[in-house]
Amino acid sequence: MDFDLTDAQQEIVNSVRALCQRFPDEYWRGQDARHEFPHDFYKAVADAGFLGIAIPEQYGGSGLGITEAALVMRELAYAGAMNAASAVHLGIFGLAPVIRYGSEELKQRVLPRAVSGELHFSFAVTEPDAGNDITHIKTFARREGDYYVINGRKVFTTKAQEADKMLLLTRTTPIEKVTKKTDGMSLFLADLDRSAVEVRELKKLGRHAVDTNMLFIDGLRVSAADLVGQEGRGFHMLLDGLNPERILVAAEAIGMGRSALDRAVRYAKERVVFGRPIGQNQAIAHPLADVYAKLEVAELMVFKAAWLFDHQKPCGAEANIAKLRAAEAGFEACDRAVQTLGGYGYMQEYDVERYFRECRMVKIAPVSQEMVLNTISEHVLKLPRSY
Amino acid sequence: MKILVPIKRVPDPATTIRVLPDGSGIATDNIKWVINPFDEIALEEALRIKERQGAGDVVLVSIGQQSWQEQLRTGLAMGADRAILVKAEQPVDTFAVARILAKIVADEKPELVIIGKQAIDDDSNQVGQILAELLGWPQATFASKIEIADGRCTVIREADGGLETVAFTLPAVITTDLRLNEPRYASLPGIMKARKKPLKEIAVDTLGLDLHPRVKIKAMKAPQKRQAGRKLSSVQELVQALHTEAKVI
Repeated sequence: MDFDLTDAQQEIVNSVRALCQRFPDEYWRGQDARHEFPHDFYKAVADAGFLGIAIPEQYGGSGLGITEAALVMRELAYAGAMNAASAVHLGIFGLAPVIRYGSEELKQRVLPRAVSGELHFSFAVTEPDAGNDITHIKTFARREGDYYVINGRKVFTTKAQEADKMLLLTRTTPIEKVTKKTDGMSLFLADLDRSAVEVRELKKLGRHAVDTNMLFIDGLRVSAADLVGQEGRGFHMLLDGLNPERILVAAEAIGMGRSALDRAVRYAKERVVFGRPIGQNQAIAHPLADVYAKLEVAELMVFKAAWLFDHQKPCGAEANIAKLRAAEAGFEACDRAVQTLGGYGYMQEYDVERYFRECRMVKIAPVSQEMVLNTISEHVLKLPRSY
Repeated sequence: MKILVPIKRVPDPATTIRVLPDGSGIATDNIKWVINPFDEIALEEALRIKERQGAGDVVLVSIGQQSWQEQLRTGLAMGADRAILVKAEQPVDTFAVARILAKIVADEKPELVIIGKQAIDDDSNQVGQILAELLGWPQATFASKIEIADGRCTVIREADGGLETVAFTLPAVITTDLRLNEPRYASLPGIMKARKKPLKEIAVDTLGLDLHPRVKIKAMKAPQKRQAGRKLSSVQELVQALHTEAKVI
């Protein structure tokens, strides 16, 4: 077993840290307060080639694994929490189905522009009436000659305000007409054509620099050339992307947790109350030590899952466990940081409240903690399915 | 144009330095090592000169142990073309470093050497000057702006009283000050390419140089902790304190 980073992995971490130094807390505080997408940060990440980390070299990427991508996401989240992570997250992992199943023509057309950062992507999968039960989506694509005409609604679509294209899951055969309910869905890399798609931003708890939206799709015409892989196999293609997404979100939670913890530790050393630094009180110190241990353990699971994925081994259980424990540890660290800073922790100027708000999300997305437990119960422990 | 950029491995400026109890040096466990920030500025400038001219060869050189190649790889990832590691197991003082660099210059024949004005570990601020003297080349220290045209170089240098402009012909040695540029960070493709760039190793004793140390470090100790200042109520009191306590007037 080798727990050391390779030289190249260490270089990647160093380089991302150097990049992030140019976007300090004041930057993220400002973007969040103004609800402004971090375009210059996104451009810096793209210019340094990190959007292409997991895209094959022949399309302009670097063809590295999810381990390297997780290191990048951990560092970005450390510096800018989910505002930083979500700004680039989809660019880094979202195109996996296109890479794996897309036609050569589609890949040539899209991937180099994804690496350069020219194209922003959204992920339009979840619907108001279909979240974890994704097979019940109602958005439908009807074939008309060389086109598909699409109608439906999507919700929680991140970055749709910026996106040029969206990875869109639709039904192409109604659920009543398929023998397996996971069949009959298709995936498109569709243009986000504003004349046929109304994008309505949703208000939320945090991560205000990156928008979340509801989409109303009305007669969107999508070229058959933008169909990813085979018609009717969309759901199966998406499944391949679930584990890497969980691994990356888990790494982001670790990054946020470590950042919040570091801030809390700094404060606990400096803040003097009753004539001594508050970190000398075990009521302050032990929770910080405890959550540090939790972050360390969760991170081990993140990189075990990433290692399995990169070695083409099954990693479903590990990716789920990583996300479960990392989200828990990350959020607990942010919560402890707010508590350690006391009244200041609740103030925007001290930043930990921002981490607290943003980190709360990873206990819900991309899959809730409860659904992770369902998966472990059913698929690892082989208990009867509960839903 | 071929530019030689010597780089030194130093502790990260953000690292807390601990002096060993016996005063023989600093504790090196848990230290993160980086390229000396002034040398990083030198490398950035060399890369910019190469980019402006559209062609060139930026060669890194470092003198130290095997592990120093990590910093050379970082420099290659930033964009240098190749690197030389002069392997020396024992520490070398500034005069020895300058002599080794002079030998490398004789072999590589660069038109320009750009080096940090000092390393942030010992802050000697000597190597660039000694090297220029050994080579008999012009030198411009503390550069905050460098312009090169037709084999002539103009440097704005940060002197004590203000800015000084010097002009000279190449080849030359330039040492960099803080405000010359903001170094880039390595791009991901840069990191990937750096793995394949040539890194030559030379054992220091094969150079046939007299490297016996001129400087001996007798002991190291941490600076005394600064005491809090105090407020005085009048000028008279201040004069009194400066005279009787600080004994400076």
